[in-house]
Amino acid sequence: MTACPHCPTDNWPELERGYRAMLPEDVLAFIDAHRGEPHSESLLIATLHMVQDHLGHLGPGHLEAVAQLMQIPLAKVTGVATFYHYFRLQPRGRYLINVCLGTACYVKGAEKVAQKLMDELGIHFGETSKDGIFSLESTRCVGTCGLAPVVMIGEEVHGPLTPGQVPALLESYLARAAEEMAKV
Amino acid sequence: MSEMINLTIDGETILVPAGTTVMDAAERLGIHIPRLCYHPNLSLEGSCRVCVVQVEGFDHCLASCATTAWEGMEVQTNSPVIRQARRDIVELLLDNHPRDCQTCDRDGVCELQNLAYRLGVRERHFEGRRKQFPVDDSGASVVRNAEKCILCGRCIRVCDEIQGVANLSQHGRGFTTVVGPANLAPMDESACIQCGQCVSVCPTAAFLEQDHTERVWEALGHPRTEKHVVATTAPAIRAALGEAFGLPVGTPVTGKMVTALRRMGFDAVFDVNFSADLTVMEEAHELLKRMEGGGPLPLLTSCSPGWVSFLEKFYPEMIPHMSSCKSPMQMQSTLIKSYYAQQKGLDPKDIYVVSVMPCVAKKFEAARPEHTLDGRPTTDAVVTTRELAQMIKSYGIDFTRLPDGEFDHPLGTSSGAADIFGATGGVMEAALRTAAYKLTGRNLGNLELTEVRGAAGEIRETSVTLAGRTLNVAVANGLQNAKVLLDAVKRGEKQYHLIEIMACPGGCICGGGQPYPPIGSYTMNRDLAKGRARALYGIDSGKTLRCSHDNPDVQKLYEAFLGEPLSPTAHALLHTHYTARTPRGIR
Repeated sequence: MTACPHCPTDNWPELERGYRAMLPEDVLAFIDAHRGEPHSESLLIATLHMVQDHLGHLGPGHLEAVAQLMQIPLAKVTGVATFYHYFRLQPRGRYLINVCLGTACYVKGAEKVAQKLMDELGIHFGETSKDGIFSLESTRCVGTCGLAPVVMIGEEVHGPLTPGQVPALLESYLARAAEEMAKV
Repeated sequence: MSEMINLTIDGETILVPAGTTVMDAAERLGIHIPRLCYHPNLSLEGSCRVCVVQVEGFDHCLASCATTAWEGMEVQTNSPVIRQARRDIVELLLDNHPRDCQTCDRDGVCELQNLAYRLGVRERHFEGRRKQFPVDDSGASVVRNAEKCILCGRCIRVCDEIQGVANLSQHGRGFTTVVGPANLAPMDESACIQCGQCVSVCPTAAFLEQDHTERVWEALGHPRTEKHVVATTAPAIRAALGEAFGLPVGTPVTGKMVTALRRMGFDAVFDVNFSADLTVMEEAHELLKRMEGGGPLPLLTSCSPGWVSFLEKFYPEMIPHMSSCKSPMQMQSTLIKSYYAQQKGLDPKDIYVVSVMPCVAKKFEAARPEHTLDGRPTTDAVVTTRELAQMIKSYGIDFTRLPDGEFDHPLGTSSGAADIFGATGGVMEAALRTAAYKLTGRNLGNLELTEVRGAAGEIRETSVTLAGRTLNVAVANGLQNAKVLLDAVKRGEKQYHLIEIMACPGGCICGGGQPYPPIGSYTMNRDLAKGRARALYGIDSGKTLRCSHDNPDVQKLYEAFLGEPLSPTAHALLHTHYTARTPRGIR
C-alpha cells in the first residue's frame, strides 16, 4: 500500500540515462573523473565552459544534466550561468553580429547603430532573434578604427556605418541565409 | 581556555573570547546593532551593510556581523557618520522597494519597515528606477514576490543549510539580480517542498503563504442550512497563537482559540489532536506489523507534508519505508466528511472543512489529488496560525479576554500524546507510549520519554526495550538533518525501527505558518522553540488522558466505524500512497 502501484519508487536510473544523453562524451568523462573528489563542485564553471564550447550555448536541459550529474543544486547552477556574461543561455544565431563599442567607434556614434540593430531585430545584447538568424553582442575594438563605427557580422567587417544603413545590411544577410538554406 | 581580548565599544571596554564578532561583543554590552541579512542560525552573508560600525584607524565602515574583534579595537556604533550611513542604506533599500506598506501582508511585522522607523528614515532623498518582477503564485503553498525582495539571502541560506533543498539562488547580476528557483521557473515546477521556512526568515513580504482567508470568509458567509463550516486545529496552534495577541511565548491558548473560532461562525470546532491519537493507533500497529512481518524498516513517519514532498523528490527509493498513514489533518478531514457526516445526517458536499495549521505545506497537501472524496478535496481550506490571528483581529475579537471553550464531539477529545505532536520527538513519544502498551499489555511507568525531546536542529536517537524487544528509534527536525539520518541508514551504519522526521526546525511549533517572531527576536531561536514546546508538554502533563489508545472517542470510532487498526475501512479512509516526483532533488 505504501508505494504507488503505478510508478517505480526509484526514478534515478532512468533520469540518469536521460541526463547522460544530453551531454557530449568528454564532458561526461570529465564529470565522472572528478566525481566524489573533495570540492568537485568547484569544477562547475569549467564544466559549463566545456558544454558551451561543444554545444554553442547552455540550454535548460544542459544545465539540469550538469546539475544532476555533478550533484550540485540546479538553482546554484543556473545562478552561476546567469551571473557570468560569458555564458550564453540561448542558441547562437546563424550570424553573430558584434558591435564595436570601443572608444573610436563610440565617439563616431556606435551606440546609435547598436540601438538601430536592437530595434530592427527586437533583441538586446546577448540575445538571438526569434528566427534564429542573428545574435547580437558587443565588443571592444576590432582593430579597424579607421572604419569606425564598425560592426562585424560573422568574420566580415562593415564600416563606417550609419543607423540608416542597418536595415539594408540585415536584409542582405537574410537573403544570404535564405539562399544557403535553399541549397540544403 | 580560549584567548581573551579587550575592545572598546562606544567608550565601554569589554573582555571577549578571541574570535567574537563585533556584533556579538556589542550585544554583550547591551548594544543591539541594527541588522537585516544577518541570521544567527545561518551562515554569514554580510551583504546588507545595515550593521556597519566605525573602527578607529579605518576610513571606511565595517560590517559588524562579519568583522572579528581584535585586541585594542575601538568601535563606534552610533557616531554621526554611522547613523547617516545606516539611514542611507535603509533609504536606498526602500527606494528600490514597492511603496505599498499600508496594504502589504507584512505591514506592522516587517523588519525593513521597522528598521526604517527605528533609524528615523522620515524622508526619501533618492529617486530612480525600481525593480519590476511579476509575482509567482504558482506554488500551492508559497508565493514569491521578487519586487519586495531586498536580496538579503536568508531564504537561500535556510533552504540550503537547514532544509537541504537548495531550491533558491540569486540569478543574474547587478540591478536585475533576482532570487528564485532554478531558471526562475514557477515554484510549482521547482524542487520546492513548500515547507515555508523561506516565509519564516524573510524580513519582508518577498515570500508569503498562499492566502486562504478569503475563501474561508466566503464559506462562513453562507447560511448555515447551505454550508456546514467546520474548523479543526492542529496541536501546535494553541502553543503559538497567543503570541500574535501579545501573550508571552509559551502561553497555551486552547480554550480561547476554540471560543474565537465559534464566535467567528464555525458550526463545529474540532481538534486535529483527535486524529493525532488515531495516527498513533494506526502507525504503532503498522510498526508492530512490519516488525513481525519483516516489512521495510525503519518505518518513517508521514505527518509532515514538507517532509513527504522531500522524500518524493529527494529519496524516492525510500518510499516503501514511509508510513502509509495519512497525516492527522487528512485523517481528520476524511472523518469529518464520512464518520461525522453520517452521524449528523449531512451530505459531505455541504461540509466545508477549514484546517488551522502551523504549516504552509499543508496547503499543498490539501491540494494533492489523492486527498479527495468523490472528486472533492477533503480539506477545503488551510489557514496558518498567522492567517487565523489576522482573521480573529479582523473580526474584532478581543482575544486575550475570551472565556475558554471546549471542542465539539465526536472529533474533539484527545490525549496528551496528541498535544505533543507539535514538538520534535512528539510523534515518536506518542507512538512509543502506545507501542509499549501493545507489546507489554500495560502503560509505561514513566510516560515521559525525554530522550526523544530534542531541540530545534537536533538529531536524537535512543533505544527502548519493551517486553524483551529493543526498539531503536531516531528523531530529526529540519530536512538537512533528515538527510544525515537517511544517508546513515542507506550506508547501513544505523539500524532503526522507527524514525520521526519533521520538516521544520523544532517541529510544527516552528512551522512556516507560525506567527513571525517579535522584532528583535528571530525564527529558529531556541528560546522560542523551547517556550512553545513547554506549552505543549505542559498540556500533556496536566492531562489524565495521556495515551492515544486510552482516548475513549478513538475507541468508540473503532468500535462503531473503523473496526480495528489497519482494517480495510481504516486503510481505505486513513491511509495513502506516495509517488516519485520530479524535478529530482540534489542530495
